[in-house]
Amino acid sequence: MTVETIVPEPIIQFLYVVASVLFIFGLKMLSKATTARKGNFVSSVGMLFAIVATLLYIGIDYKWIVVGAIVGSVIGASAARLVKMTSMPEMVGLFNGFGGMASLLVGWAEFHRITRGDAPGILFTLIAIALTILIGGITFTGSMIAYAKLAEKMETKPILFKGQQIVNVLVLAAGVLASILFVRAGNVAGYPMFAVAVVAALILGVLVTIPIGGADMPVVIALLNSYSGLAACAAGFVIMNNVLIVAGALVGASGLILTSIMCRAMNRSLANVMFAGVGASASEGPSFQGEAKTVGVQDAYLMLEAATSVVFVPGYGMAVAQAQHAVRELGDLLEANGCEVKYCVHPVAGRMPGHMNVLLAEADVPYEQLVEPQDVNPLMSNVDVAVVIGANDVVNPAARTEGSALYGMPIIDVDKARVCIVLKRSLKAGFAGVDNPLFFSPNTRMLLGDAKASITAAVAEFKE
Amino acid sequence: MDNIGLLLFVFVLAIFLGLELISKVPSQLHTPLMSGSNAISGISVVGAILAAQQGEGVVMIVLGTLAVALAMINVVGGYLVTDRMLGMFKHKSPEKK
Repeated sequence: MTVETIVPEPIIQFLYVVASVLFIFGLKMLSKATTARKGNFVSSVGMLFAIVATLLYIGIDYKWIVVGAIVGSVIGASAARLVKMTSMPEMVGLFNGFGGMASLLVGWAEFHRITRGDAPGILFTLIAIALTILIGGITFTGSMIAYAKLAEKMETKPILFKGQQIVNVLVLAAGVLASILFVRAGNVAGYPMFAVAVVAALILGVLVTIPIGGADMPVVIALLNSYSGLAACAAGFVIMNNVLIVAGALVGASGLILTSIMCRAMNRSLANVMFAGVGASASEGPSFQGEAKTVGVQDAYLMLEAATSVVFVPGYGMAVAQAQHAVRELGDLLEANGCEVKYCVHPVAGRMPGHMNVLLAEADVPYEQLVEPQDVNPLMSNVDVAVVIGANDVVNPAARTEGSALYGMPIIDVDKARVCIVLKRSLKAGFAGVDNPLFFSPNTRMLLGDAKASITAAVAEFKE
Repeated sequence: MDNIGLLLFVFVLAIFLGLELISKVPSQLHTPLMSGSNAISGISVVGAILAAQQGEGVVMIVLGTLAVALAMINVVGGYLVTDRMLGMFKHKSPEKK
């Protein structure tokens, strides 16, 4: 790229190195609770360095850049301020998509520049452009579908049709073929094929996301997060810029780690999550029969009042009922009553990685009371009451039974607590369509109805 | 271009570095890590600025400006929302005891 620079190139490169180092430190700090907030700040300073360096590099004409930056900043800032914590999954989904689209546009702009020149583009750059638009396109529409599902603007159940895999493969093949053709053309004659590749990537993003159901969303969100990084990385190869490559690769790697954590927490492979469409139909496997014992708020209160240790296990149902504040209030009353209170969060509870933690933090649940399943499970037999709030598959003991669709998934062993109270709307099976024998276990009591209403009622009992 | 080899080299090292850096994340931080890294992926704003500045012709300007706007949504929105979230996580432990 030949542009007039107002600052010598080495200084620009130095600033980019500083930015990369700040990203690295920021990300490292972001993965530890005590330093996370500072880490986020450090990484934002890195971004400032990268942007300032780029502006210094290109010099004077900022007109359109300023317009774009102001519009983007205002939208971003207001979204960040206004978003409700319960809507975080949608927002993260949306942002992933914007990242992918921005990279796609960078790739497109660069291709456009090449088509206007006399000389054909460099092969390497063209290949990088192809990767950028393919990954960016898939990330964009994939994220939009994920957003629509999370915001319940469309059916959250998997959408499956006959020959789905074949259609996917054909669309992917079309995208790759079109890419090869426009890369080979390397000039304005490649434009139609370029357009085909973009459209194919956009369609593919839709196709691969629609068969994924609500409870598998944490995996998809993490994966799309990774893709948005990889798209930026590919854009870095397009414009031959190290800071894009480093930052994009870091994000790609962190997204991959989250994805694998999520898959491990469900004991499923990524391929299984992406293609199996779990939850589309009632799955086979052993079925459990029996009589569930229901309980009223009054009795639930008596059990809680007598308990010396209580574990709350929240799930997506808590988010739906917006019950987190009521839950915290109940927890506080229990503590005041001399009871030890813990909140145990399963990694895939909710619709995105860490979903429950964000909600409980919003409700001012102290950090130390949040525990992970592997820390609580060994002590479960000493727990007087386990309160399951709108969680199902993550506490389903069927996961220990061979042949069940959930077999092998690490669960929270609430059935081993002395008493388990399950707050639930109905006795229906969970997302995975697997019956939950927990409901029929002798020491389980079902408290049917809206979780928030039930808990608020229990709180009222306490206050009397 | 020996430049290309260098870029690939940087890429591979950065991937390994990323995997190494974030291998252990407590689940409390999963969401902030995602939104925070999301902000970092807004680094494509650098590419977008370069594209917008090249501004020869309407198409370039439109593409570049749009890309700058989208990337800035990511950058500004991502960092702010992460900070807001982490702020909620924070000040509990002291006032607890």
